[in-house]
Amino acid sequence: MSTRTLSVLVENKPGVLAHVAGMFSRRAFNISSLAVGPTEDERVSRMTIVVDGASTPVEQVAKQLDKLVRVLKVVELDDHAAVQRELALIKVRIDPARRGELLEVATVFHAKVVDMSPQTVILEATSSPGKLDSLLQNLERYGTCELVRTGRIAISRGSGTITDRGLSVLAPPAQEAAEAV
Amino acid sequence: MQLTGAQALVRSLEQQGADVVFGLPGGAILPAYDPLRSSSLRHVLVRHEQGAGHAAEGYAWATGRPGVTVATSGPGATNLVTALADAYMDSVPVVAITGQVPSALIGSDAFQEADITGITLPVTKHNELVTRAERIPAAIAEAFHIASTGRPGPVLVDIPKDILQATMTWGAWPPALELPGYRVSTDPDMALVREAAALLRRARRPVLYVGGGVIKAGAHAELLELAELARAPVTTTLMARGAFPDLHPLALGMPGMHGCYTAVAALQEADLLVALGSRFDDRVTGRLADFAPGAKVVHADIDPAEIGKNRVPDVPIVGDVRAVLAGLTESLAAMIAEDGPTDTDAWLSCVDGWKRRFPLRYTQEAGGPLKPQYVVERLSAITGGDAVVVAGVGQHQMHAAQHFSFTRPRSWINSGGLGTMGFAVPAAMGAQVGRPGELVVAIDGDGCFQMTAQELATCAIERLPIKVLIFNNGFLGMVRQWQELFYEERYSEVELGTAIPDYVKLAEAYGCLGLRCEAADDVDMVLEKALATSDVPTVVDFRVHDREGVFPMVPAGRPNDEITLGPEFSSEEQQAATRREMPSAQAGQTKGKEVLAR
Repeated sequence: MSTRTLSVLVENKPGVLAHVAGMFSRRAFNISSLAVGPTEDERVSRMTIVVDGASTPVEQVAKQLDKLVRVLKVVELDDHAAVQRELALIKVRIDPARRGELLEVATVFHAKVVDMSPQTVILEATSSPGKLDSLLQNLERYGTCELVRTGRIAISRGSGTITDRGLSVLAPPAQEAAEAV
Repeated sequence: MQLTGAQALVRSLEQQGADVVFGLPGGAILPAYDPLRSSSLRHVLVRHEQGAGHAAEGYAWATGRPGVTVATSGPGATNLVTALADAYMDSVPVVAITGQVPSALIGSDAFQEADITGITLPVTKHNELVTRAERIPAAIAEAFHIASTGRPGPVLVDIPKDILQATMTWGAWPPALELPGYRVSTDPDMALVREAAALLRRARRPVLYVGGGVIKAGAHAELLELAELARAPVTTTLMARGAFPDLHPLALGMPGMHGCYTAVAALQEADLLVALGSRFDDRVTGRLADFAPGAKVVHADIDPAEIGKNRVPDVPIVGDVRAVLAGLTESLAAMIAEDGPTDTDAWLSCVDGWKRRFPLRYTQEAGGPLKPQYVVERLSAITGGDAVVVAGVGQHQMHAAQHFSFTRPRSWINSGGLGTMGFAVPAAMGAQVGRPGELVVAIDGDGCFQMTAQELATCAIERLPIKVLIFNNGFLGMVRQWQELFYEERYSEVELGTAIPDYVKLAEAYGCLGLRCEAADDVDMVLEKALATSDVPTVVDFRVHDREGVFPMVPAGRPNDEITLGPEFSSEEQQAATRREMPSAQAGQTKGKEVLAR
């Protein structure tokens, strides 16, 4: 699957996620993954939305996102010009005798052991989506019994930021504070 | 100044310049109805909230100003949903205000609770659940701003009862709008406009493909100027009827599934389409891959997401179509001054030939069954096009759009995108409120009429003398036509019967004048009587031929090249039309029958 990554700055207000998710549903676009969190400005949240580039008209998705009133900025992050990460927690059922073998795999992929019971080990792995996939493949032979994985987050490499431009549309925080008084 | 939330709401509507609201009160919105009594707002008390929604739409279509509708929580709000979806599809500026259960009860399945912001999310341009009374003025101001700027659309503001009852401090008007993510690009890129003008200067077979955006932008005068300068023919979509005068020599009529042959053929043969505030809807394009195969495309729209959505243009222009048209005319005039006029003579004589040879055609035989097209043509002739015509959805809508000769913008109101049966009566009511003293005529089907007929009561009580012309064929006519054509005449659940209800008695029961007309000879007399009645609404039960279809027709999902002229044309004529044959000198009139053609 060739994925495309959109970074979306939105107002941090109630209902914004519903507006974004609703637009995807209404227009029959598929979301491969979605991650939402705060930014350096508390009035703004950042969504990282991953879509399948082959089946999704990405330009149209970006334009429709941009039309949403609470969306401040939409930027597509080029795979090569952005750092992309996903986090996974993986519970593996494993015979204590084979634990060493598993830990070797974990070391290769820079995954950490965060919990252990007589029958299971929980690994934490943070990495680029591709590397995470190969870790999971390598764990298949042990029988992964539970997997939880975040959506992708991504940030452009180099000195440019999307928040500089995205936040310029907002009133300066000082003025906001004055109004609140 | 301390106000309740409800007072702030009413005051905001007044400040916003709203003069009328269409609504129906209930528990959660009750606080707002108290200050409404002493306000400058006219409240039109509907019989069903769907009627209020469509009335707000009709008002907006007729005036260009946002229509306002008010409903209570739960079922009141959900009854607005169809109208909001309709307004969203047709880009109609509507502001809907709904009551909500008190904040503390939200999420508890309280009495008359519905998540209306959730429900209307995919059918509104924007919506908001207000959580503080202080927010009300800005929420209302933002709703009007969003509804009426850029590509217009419906905005819903949901206000919990306790927020309406809370007190707040009324500040300065207008309040600061908090819309950092809302941007409208009105100024077109003039380099692209010049590029488009250059294409138009060189085009040999151009067509101006005009959509509803031209009416919304108030750009009809600019359109006329460009068309005449470029000497390019103009087709006006269902949403744009009236944007260009139908009797103008450059008018091609309506394109699409039931469009005029000439408009459909001209789009297919064009070497340049200039799409203006139109959106390449499937009902216009037929099978998209086969639409206007040889044409370069200039697409101008205020909504960037429309550009390239269905057809990738050669010249994309985002901006206000009025500014685009003015820019195109200016650039083209300069190019013409330098290089001489456009060369479209051959093209114009070709489309004129098609117009003469393959016109809209039907036959009203003397003493024969009454044809709906005849009623439309008589209405058009008697009024001279000086009427606001409102239609529902179906055969009557297409006959009205085809056969009424529109002379000016905002004289045609219908449900285009959503195709909402029952639209006409309440929309006509709203149009009449917005254009008092003008002639407002709803052309409706018997199926459509029965969906919202209760608003006749509102019209009668409010002294809104709309005329409702029911084209009563006793069928869900358009569905019947599809069953005839595509299901080998296996008619399934489409017969309504002409006799029940008795529309004359129904009209009288609602305090309206009820008339019936069954023969072509009586049409003028009945229409004149209806048009002369100005104290009460009038309903006319036109008993029209139940086998009459709507033609021409392009079957759904088929290429526009497969246009069928219909039973009024011979197979030779159909073949000639399919070949898009140039007319011979004597072609045109036919066959001893009284042929009525535009």
